[in-house]
Amino acid sequence: MNSGIVAYGVYLPYWRLARQSIADALEMPASRGTRSVASYDEDTTTMAVEAGRITLAGAPEGTSPAELVLATTAPAYLDKTNAVAVHAALGLERSCSAFDMNGALRSGSAALRYAARAVGPALAVLSDLRNGLPGGADEREGGDGAAAFLFGSGPGVIVEEVAYASATAEFLDRWKLPGEAAAHLWEERFGEYIYLPLAEEAIAAAFKQAGVTTADIDHVVVTGSHTRAVRAVQRSTWIRPGALADDLTGVVGNTGTAHQGIVLASVLDIAAPGAVILAVTLADGAEAAILRVTEAILAYRRRRHPSDTVSAKIAGGRTDLAYARFLTWKDQVRREPPRRPEPAPPAAPPAARHESWKFGFTASRCEVCGTRLVPPGRVCIACGSTDQMTEERLANVPGVVATFSVDRLAFTPNPPMVVAVIDFDGGGRLRCELTDVDPQAVGIGDRVAMTFRKGSTSQGIHNYFWKARPTRGKE
Amino acid sequence: MATRGIRDRVAIVGMGCTRFGEHWDKGVDDLLIEAAGEAFGSAGVAKDDVDAFWLGTMGSGISGLTLSRPLRLDYKPVTRIENMCATGSEAFRNACYAVASGAIDIAMAIGAEKLKDSGTSGLVIPSQPSDGTAPELTAPALFSLLAPAYEQKYGVSAEELKGVLSRIAWKNHRNGSLNSRAQFRHEVDMETIAHSPIVAGQLGIFDCSGVSDGAAAAVIVRAEDAYRYTDKPIFVKALSFVAGPATGTADPGYDYTTFPEVVRAGHNAYLEAGVEDPRAELAMAEVHDCFTPTELVLYEDLGFSERGNGWKEALAGVFDLDGELPVNPDGGLKAFGHPIGASGLRMLFECWLQLRGEAPPERTIKSIGAGRKLALTHNLGGAPGECVSFVSIVGSEPTS
Repeated sequence: MNSGIVAYGVYLPYWRLARQSIADALEMPASRGTRSVASYDEDTTTMAVEAGRITLAGAPEGTSPAELVLATTAPAYLDKTNAVAVHAALGLERSCSAFDMNGALRSGSAALRYAARAVGPALAVLSDLRNGLPGGADEREGGDGAAAFLFGSGPGVIVEEVAYASATAEFLDRWKLPGEAAAHLWEERFGEYIYLPLAEEAIAAAFKQAGVTTADIDHVVVTGSHTRAVRAVQRSTWIRPGALADDLTGVVGNTGTAHQGIVLASVLDIAAPGAVILAVTLADGAEAAILRVTEAILAYRRRRHPSDTVSAKIAGGRTDLAYARFLTWKDQVRREPPRRPEPAPPAAPPAARHESWKFGFTASRCEVCGTRLVPPGRVCIACGSTDQMTEERLANVPGVVATFSVDRLAFTPNPPMVVAVIDFDGGGRLRCELTDVDPQAVGIGDRVAMTFRKGSTSQGIHNYFWKARPTRGKE
Repeated sequence: MATRGIRDRVAIVGMGCTRFGEHWDKGVDDLLIEAAGEAFGSAGVAKDDVDAFWLGTMGSGISGLTLSRPLRLDYKPVTRIENMCATGSEAFRNACYAVASGAIDIAMAIGAEKLKDSGTSGLVIPSQPSDGTAPELTAPALFSLLAPAYEQKYGVSAEELKGVLSRIAWKNHRNGSLNSRAQFRHEVDMETIAHSPIVAGQLGIFDCSGVSDGAAAAVIVRAEDAYRYTDKPIFVKALSFVAGPATGTADPGYDYTTFPEVVRAGHNAYLEAGVEDPRAELAMAEVHDCFTPTELVLYEDLGFSERGNGWKEALAGVFDLDGELPVNPDGGLKAFGHPIGASGLRMLFECWLQLRGEAPPERTIKSIGAGRKLALTHNLGGAPGECVSFVSIVGSEPTS
């Protein structure tokens, strides 16, 4: 069994919707704050990949996951395992298993429990898109994002679990039939009534196991599916007011299965070695975990890129997303398509043959002359040598725009399509789409990084591949 | 790279070319019958006199039956050819080689495309099942990649380049306004061109060639037989074609201000034809102006202008109808649209008219009167960094 967390990472999409823009459009009462919004080319699988990449980038030397588990309420596919695409895009070993825990909001806790108790390094990825009907609370208060935690053992452990307790009960609070666009909720005062004692039971049990009291807790994270009940727990006497962490619903929104991970990560970004954390999550019951931060957190922070903290991810967002574009991305507005054929979906055999390229973004380098080939090839473009290539993963290699265009005719869910020719640091060139970009602001020489995205969905097939996005600030 | 070539061994003795445009009332069969019929009549041959046919079409039919069925050919060999935007020229090149080989006496090269039945905006290239990793950007976007690269390399501002591109479109529309076979037969003023709605990058709708239907055909015989059919045969001086290694899209050394494939094809054609200074020797050129930045880059790639100078010379009118080296005197793809299989042969048709002195007076180029006797056609298929390119040179006199 693993002894704790050795690395973690949060991915928040670039876009935020100001809640006031909903109020303005639908002539509703004023509303404060923002929610995070996955772009048109993101889904729970792509966000899981991004959170996983950040996590693995900070993992201790030689710690590679033997297991991967993905939790979401918004799986990109049913029947087909979505964690497998995440596995491929992270370039994990074939021997590493990959499983989904889909459907319920409580699956986030399940994935964390699974990875924490696994034998050998295990990566739990929590990724969610939270949507509702226009004008509703779920649309306004939901959020999109992902968090990942790598569990392992040894000196690299940065967070140890001290205690864990659960309380479970059957009641009708929030539910959705398969295929429904929005959830149903019972009257919210009922939820508060039923969740509060469950939370108290779990917290009491965890405190008892750990032999701690409210006064011993340095940081408290309370998240959950029921806003009113979460507020009630946050105000309860079990919690020292100064210890309560911002639950980020004001700026990010409630990101479903991912949310406990995102808020915990924001605490881990700042907690001192030795700090004790109480993490409470409400979803069809209550989970309470007591965690202790180790000395290794200091070395971990030095190892991580400064742009990978939750506060940096929040600060890096863009808040001027128009509500009409948000509705389009969320499939609530159906726009006239261009008079162009829909893109053909990828065919299964070539996609499988090119898995390490399409998902792993693995190029090749000529062993004879050192030229890098993007996409990978068998014949060197420089010296002509055949089949003398070494694989080279490029997902984390930045590049620069050599030339570009804005295509107003191409079929894309988010016109216009912005395309660029990217020259990678260390060699290699690729013509690809740009995303999270202002079409007016692209220029030759712009620095870009690669990001895993969904190109289009056609004939029921998601076409995943990598795009470039402008790097910003200190990235 | 060089090929030996077949200079002066074959000649064109008859041609036909339909009007190009939106032929809602004609199918590809009708276009083929019309172009072939005009070419037979022009050469004074009957269809049964032709020994073999090369049909260029990208997507308007597969196999030789696409031609043999509508024309009800009498068990003749028909080869259907596709090579992207060079398709029509490839039909011509292969027909010429067959005649030069001595295997047949009379060949027809014919190209046709029926694009306006698709119902889509712009051109749609049929694609193979794939892994889905290539971005599906449109042709105008692919060619618009040239513009910022050219500006960057030669220190031309976006505004200046827009003026150059607009002038190229203006010139071609002006030439097309004098051509009864063109799709667009009106002059368009430079302001309208410069402010047309943006399609991709800096390219407005008037920077793009149109989508049209059309067909064109040529009858080819051995040079020594040519005067039996006409007293003004057009001799084939050079036929050059290359498919590039498509490394520009993968090699950071490629700078998007040139088509190396065109440079190679042009160089080889000049060798075959014995042309040393194309700017001084050619009477005219029909080049593949699919988008205005393409024509600009072609001036330099084909050796008409020094590197970085094409934009200035375009503004100075060097390539106008009455300029030193008229380019696209018929109006080009800009005024004709680009029915893929037909374009290469449509370009030859203008050479045929101009070199024989049969272009209408208002479109007759002055360079012919000045004693120049060679004309060049050029096609480009694909996109910057990965394309095929064709260059032919034809002339009104055999080399003495």
